[in-house]
Amino acid sequence: MKLTLKIWRQKDAKSKGGFETYTVEASTHMSFLEMLDVLNESLIREKKEPVAFEHDCREGICGACSLVINGQPHGPWAKTTTCQLHMRQYKDGDTIVVEPYRAVAFPVLKDLVVDRSSFERIIQAGGFISVNTGQPQDANSIPIDLDTASKAFDAASCIGCGACVAACPNSSAMLFTSAKVAHLNMLPQGKVEAQQRVLNMVKQMDLEGFGRCSNITACEAECPKGISIENIARMNREYWAASLGSEKIA
Amino acid sequence: MKLDGKVPPGPLPEKWTKYRSSMPLVSPSNKMRLEIIVVGSGLAGAAAAASLGELGYSVKCFTFHDSPRRAHSIAAQGGINAAKNYFNDGDSVGRLFYDTIKGGDYRSREANVYRLAEVSNNIIDQAVAQGVPFAREYGGMLENRSFGGVQVSRTFYAKGQTGQQLLLGAYQALSRQIAKGTVKMYNRHEMLDIVTIEGKTRGIITRNLVTGEIERHAAHAVLLCTGGYGNVFYLSTNAMNCNVSAAWRAVRRGALMANPCFTQIHPTCIPQSGDYQSKLTLMSESLRNDGRVWVPGKKEDAKAIQEGRKTALDIPEGDRDYFLERRYPAFGNLVPRDVASRAAKVACDEGLGVSPTGLAVFLDFSDAFERYGRSTANIKGIHNPDAATILQLGQKVIEDKYGNLFEMYEKITGENPYKLPMKIYPAVHYTMGGVWVDYNLETNIPGLFVLGEANFSDHGANRLGASALMQGLADGYFVIPYTIGNFLSKDIKTPKISTDAPEFVKTAEEVQARLNMLMNIKGNQSAESFHRRLGKLMWEYCGMGRTAEGLAKGRPLVRALREEFYRDLYVPGTMNEFNPELEKAYRVADFLELGELLMIDAQNRNESCGGHFREEFQNDKGDAVRNDEEYAYVAAWEWMDTSKDPILHKEELTFEYAELKTRSYE
Ligand SMILES: Cc1cc2nc3c(=O)[nH]c(=O)nc-3n(C[C@H](O)[C@H](O)[C@H](O)COP(=O)(O)OP(=O)(O)OC[C@H]3O[C@@H](n4cnc5c(N)ncnc54)[C@H](O)[C@@H]3O)c2cc1C
Ligand code: SF4
Ligand code: FES
Repeated sequence: MKLTLKIWRQKDAKSKGGFETYTVEASTHMSFLEMLDVLNESLIREKKEPVAFEHDCREGICGACSLVINGQPHGPWAKTTTCQLHMRQYKDGDTIVVEPYRAVAFPVLKDLVVDRSSFERIIQAGGFISVNTGQPQDANSIPIDLDTASKAFDAASCIGCGACVAACPNSSAMLFTSAKVAHLNMLPQGKVEAQQRVLNMVKQMDLEGFGRCSNITACEAECPKGISIENIARMNREYWAASLGSEKIA
Repeated sequence: MKLDGKVPPGPLPEKWTKYRSSMPLVSPSNKMRLEIIVVGSGLAGAAAAASLGELGYSVKCFTFHDSPRRAHSIAAQGGINAAKNYFNDGDSVGRLFYDTIKGGDYRSREANVYRLAEVSNNIIDQAVAQGVPFAREYGGMLENRSFGGVQVSRTFYAKGQTGQQLLLGAYQALSRQIAKGTVKMYNRHEMLDIVTIEGKTRGIITRNLVTGEIERHAAHAVLLCTGGYGNVFYLSTNAMNCNVSAAWRAVRRGALMANPCFTQIHPTCIPQSGDYQSKLTLMSESLRNDGRVWVPGKKEDAKAIQEGRKTALDIPEGDRDYFLERRYPAFGNLVPRDVASRAAKVACDEGLGVSPTGLAVFLDFSDAFERYGRSTANIKGIHNPDAATILQLGQKVIEDKYGNLFEMYEKITGENPYKLPMKIYPAVHYTMGGVWVDYNLETNIPGLFVLGEANFSDHGANRLGASALMQGLADGYFVIPYTIGNFLSKDIKTPKISTDAPEFVKTAEEVQARLNMLMNIKGNQSAESFHRRLGKLMWEYCGMGRTAEGLAKGRPLVRALREEFYRDLYVPGTMNEFNPELEKAYRVADFLELGELLMIDAQNRNESCGGHFREEFQNDKGDAVRNDEEYAYVAAWEWMDTSKDPILHKEELTFEYAELKTRSYE
């Protein structure tokens, strides 16, 4: 099938970008990124600069791929990363618009590649349990009920892709931040630092320039891992409870 | 060169404990002054950097990714082994040791493997304390499952996302040290060379991938934790950016590449569907706990399936060949990977394959649906359940266990694996070979250490499932924090290393010159296209079945491709910007050299063992035949000048505890 692609091109963080139009011959068996590989191979053959985009595992787990495809982060398939999107979604003659994530806290580095290091700093602010190597007791010494374990797992399955931010009109990072807070604060091992964690991570999130949450829930709809907005509600509760005794803000 | 594995004396079970408590220590005040560079932040690198930071060393950690959380370790699915014996099924450190030595077809170093088994339990404790949400049972205790090549349940898992959860645990520990300032993290920085001063590795040269800047970084010691080289085959289950360059640059500076031909082909991957294909997707080995592997017993049935005239459901039970259960009754579907892969190849070579290309076998869950459905019905007190209820209940159990894998399969193939059996085929997955290291994980260049998949040490000729995560974390959390003291304790008087040293200036210039050269070829073909062609050669001549004749043909073809690369490569863009094509170019350049060495090593090893199957050396049942008399050694290759033949150094393997036996899973 023949497709028309309108792709955002931008030389670097400082330059202004714009859309360019390309045509590409694709097969229904390809993944979306393989279709872009084919485009890039043909650009290189014409001695033109290929389109830069991020990717690595191509299995939906590393969180490297991003892209906004026809207005949707990670494209049209629910609970699916861009690398897992397949071309059988499209038909001959379709036009596809491909853009980078747009958010103040995710500046564009080149073409479709953005800088997501703001997420790193949110984790560094408290997204961990303070235990040194070699300190722990036997793994089975603290039983954890199935429900808690499985909820913690669900929250922990966030891949740090940033689609939630791209989907949100306010560019809020609440879904990402709350998923980590929920994962750790729910577990007995994470309870000790629970209050400090939520306060510090929210503070860092605000410092990075992410917007406020106004309950639009686009984040949940576009999240490729189905992270639930219940985590946001939970984080809000914990945040307010922790702020009341707020001398703990570090 | 005499290779000294530096294995400590004493009885095997006591070696590590005794050695650890007699090792020279570095005092806290000295630790602060000592700098360590960690290249790579996957399981091995993140664990090492975090642990060394906690100890008080000044650590600098580098990754070419935009975050440590993207390392390829994130993709590991099935699980991690430990000898906890939580299930009271007879597991022990000794048994894990023995399974790993046997699984590796007796080509690994006993002392390393024993240590690995010993520290395996600490890893699980550590991970749980970090908040890794492993699977649990109703009572809240940790759950286990089985992996290939063993008869106990010792694999801990977090659905099909065990690597993700373990890496996030290590990443979070690392993030904590970054926040504390003990580790300085350099994301989007790629190491392009090591710097050696007076015989010791004292730093690295990196390229800032955003600006293109070439930078010099100094330290007292350097750790490479840079992963495996499976992508030399182009198509593999590895992430697209996995590459050998860090290890290979060290080899070009005098480190040794050990057993490069020991590569692992994983039996259960989604088969290739077209020429544009960029990677192959693994379906975790854990699926073989519940899935049964089969092909039609009759060629005409296979043909009908290949041509789309029949599906698996049309083949009656009696006409199916569950070939693993038939050939290996004791282990059945859970034979080790190399054995399962070859058996699938044999079936497909006989014309019994089940995809349009003829290169696929079925992995069928219908028995498991039935079995779990019945037992769930019992638990729920449903008497005389009908078939539909059983199926539904059974499918739910399977969904809870492997839901994400089933989803992934459907997204890629467009087929629903709850209705039709999966189609799978072997694909390149893991590399047992790697940089030669001694018991301290130190290479033959003092001050240069290699951890995780990048080293060769623990898996011999074949790795058992769920043992790579174990090894990476063992190396990073529990081995290197001790063994590095051996080297650094002698260095406490060495002042901060200066990046103005002439060795740094010279190496940086050489790196720059190499990049200039690649940019200036200005030919017509992309790095990617060379990589694809290399992969085809590797698969054809050095893949699942190797022959002396094929290897003799393959090697000059790889050399010719390399020459063409240096004549006709085209790298768009410039050096001083974000340029993924340039990154690919220097990585493919290194693969083109490694590929040749793989063939040389495979040709040298006149035996079949583990993942290295030389067709000349098999018994009448098609199983591998080792040659312990002549090849019970580690082949460590020196290759600083690729215009000459590499030089082979041997480390003889001695087995004091494990008896050298023919590996049998029948
Ligand atoms: C699909 C899949 C599933 C798997 N499932 C399992 C499983 O269930 N159980 C199991 O035990 N094992 C499994 N494995 C194997 C296991 O995941 C890997 O062997 C292991 O994670 C490797 O860890 P590592 O830390 O050595 O390397 P990696 O995780 O590959 O990390 C390498 C790091 O080095 C960095 N790096 C590399 N080169 C450079 C350079 N030149 N400069 C700067 N940085 C560099 C990278 O950025 C990265 O941070 C699986 C592998 C695959 C492919
Ligand atoms: S919450 Fe979802 S969308 Fe946001 S970073 Fe995590 S996985 Fe991506
Ligand atoms: S490339 Fe890893 S999630 Fe898409």
